[in-house]
Amino acid sequence: MTIDADVDASKETPNFFAPWHRRLFVGRRGLVASTVSSALIVVAIALLLFVAPGGATFRYVFFDGHNLWLAWVGDPRLGIDSLRDGMVTNIWMFLVSEVLVLFFGLMIAWCRISQSPVLLPFRVLATAYTDVMRGIPLILTMLIIGFGLPELRLPVISSQSDAVYGVISLTLCYSAYVAEVIRAGIYSVPNGQRLAARSLGLTQTVTMRRVILPQAIRNVIPPLLNDFISLQKDTAIVSVLGAIEVVRAAQIFSAATFNESGLTLAAIFFIVLTIPMTRFTDRLLAKDRAKRLVHE
Amino acid sequence: MSDVVLAMDSVVKRFGDHEVLKGVSLQLHRHEVVCLIGASGSGKSTLLRCANLLEAIDEGHVSLFGQNLVDPRIDPDLVRRHIGMVFQSYNLFPHLDVLENVVLGPVRALKRDRAEVEEEAQALLERIGLRDRAHDYPERLSGGQQQRVAIVRSLAMRPALLLLDEVTSALDPTLVGEVLDLLVDLAHRGTTMLIATHEMNFARDVAHQVVYLDAGVLVEQGTPEQIFTNPQHDSTRSFLQRVR
Repeated sequence: MTIDADVDASKETPNFFAPWHRRLFVGRRGLVASTVSSALIVVAIALLLFVAPGGATFRYVFFDGHNLWLAWVGDPRLGIDSLRDGMVTNIWMFLVSEVLVLFFGLMIAWCRISQSPVLLPFRVLATAYTDVMRGIPLILTMLIIGFGLPELRLPVISSQSDAVYGVISLTLCYSAYVAEVIRAGIYSVPNGQRLAARSLGLTQTVTMRRVILPQAIRNVIPPLLNDFISLQKDTAIVSVLGAIEVVRAAQIFSAATFNESGLTLAAIFFIVLTIPMTRFTDRLLAKDRAKRLVHE
Repeated sequence: MSDVVLAMDSVVKRFGDHEVLKGVSLQLHRHEVVCLIGASGSGKSTLLRCANLLEAIDEGHVSLFGQNLVDPRIDPDLVRRHIGMVFQSYNLFPHLDVLENVVLGPVRALKRDRAEVEEEAQALLERIGLRDRAHDYPERLSGGQQQRVAIVRSLAMRPALLLLDEVTSALDPTLVGEVLDLLVDLAHRGTTMLIATHEMNFARDVAHQVVYLDAGVLVEQGTPEQIFTNPQHDSTRSFLQRVR
């Protein structure tokens, strides 16, 4: 009898053992492999900093303990702004921007997906808005707003601080990104959800608010977080307007002391800011999943 | 006084060039159970969706309690509050627990008192034996349990009639029974229902009228005996042979 099956396990006996160069990476050895590679990277960086010809200078210019401290506290007599105060500016700028961005992003997304004929002009406007604002580099928006609004000589609007213009620019730019993320989230909710909600006699608005959005937002938390991290970092761009935020303060420090440790401190600040936020949302999502889904 | 709940008259529905319903007329009386049978794509689901205005009809009339639903002054949200609908894929809200799923409609659409609605919801869940699962999330329930919760969710609105769209088609065969039992119970209580189904034995047992649809045309309508034992049309006969 000849066997000519398409699926035929007996054709040849396969070998399941990993070849020698993969042995380190299969099974539980993953942990060993990751530890070894991490250690290697750390050693490589240390070597670079300590063995390079300019290593000592580099360490002094970027990682000097005294200068790091001086940048942190500032020194009014030397005209050095404290980075600590600068950081406070960054923090309130992104906190305010994020709240505004979430609100406007939601509104723009809502306009864009609405079918209602009444909202047609808003739909067109919202589409044009996202097209334009996503196309302009943030630094240009920042300059146009920061130097343009005061030029208008309007009451209130033209007499704000650079940090406020920074917040306005960040909000304008990021609302466009976040609107698209939220819109994608809304489309990711199965149509059956809308049908079920409308069948209960819920209005379009209640359906959106109670059924669609809660699911949509959950679905887009990771990309939303991505945009928020970008926004936090982009508060640094407000320095082009002259607001004394952390990067501007670091530049002033460099100019006064010829030491760049302020930049290092600023970089550490942005890292310290993002990592807890990422972990926090990871935990939030994990908790939500654990609550809703069967443990497997 | 007539006891007609739902009346559809020469309803035509098109999706683009495709005519899904080609002039279907149907009446549903109070306490009556009507089963829609027919192959997939014959227009059963569309017919149900036209009945609660999830789809706008292109021609003909739909009326509920004698009120013409095609009238532009009709608010579809008000109509749907009186019509329960249950879907093949349950469509429970995954971000809300079982109790919240049941309570959402009465509280948010009917603006009823929450505590009162919750009490009723608990009683309904008790009836389907899921009271102890009230604070579980839908995805932790079996398909049969989810579908029973979906039925209870629409009952909580105290609708005048229920539309059921192949509610057992997505279920594991072992779970079909518990859902059908609940529907039989509802039928015995006099619930007015329009049921699209592939469960012929169920249709034979509970339906007062059976309607056979083929390619958007109502081919034949009659009592279960007439349709299942003595179908008049060739296409009904061949359909019934294929599903047996």
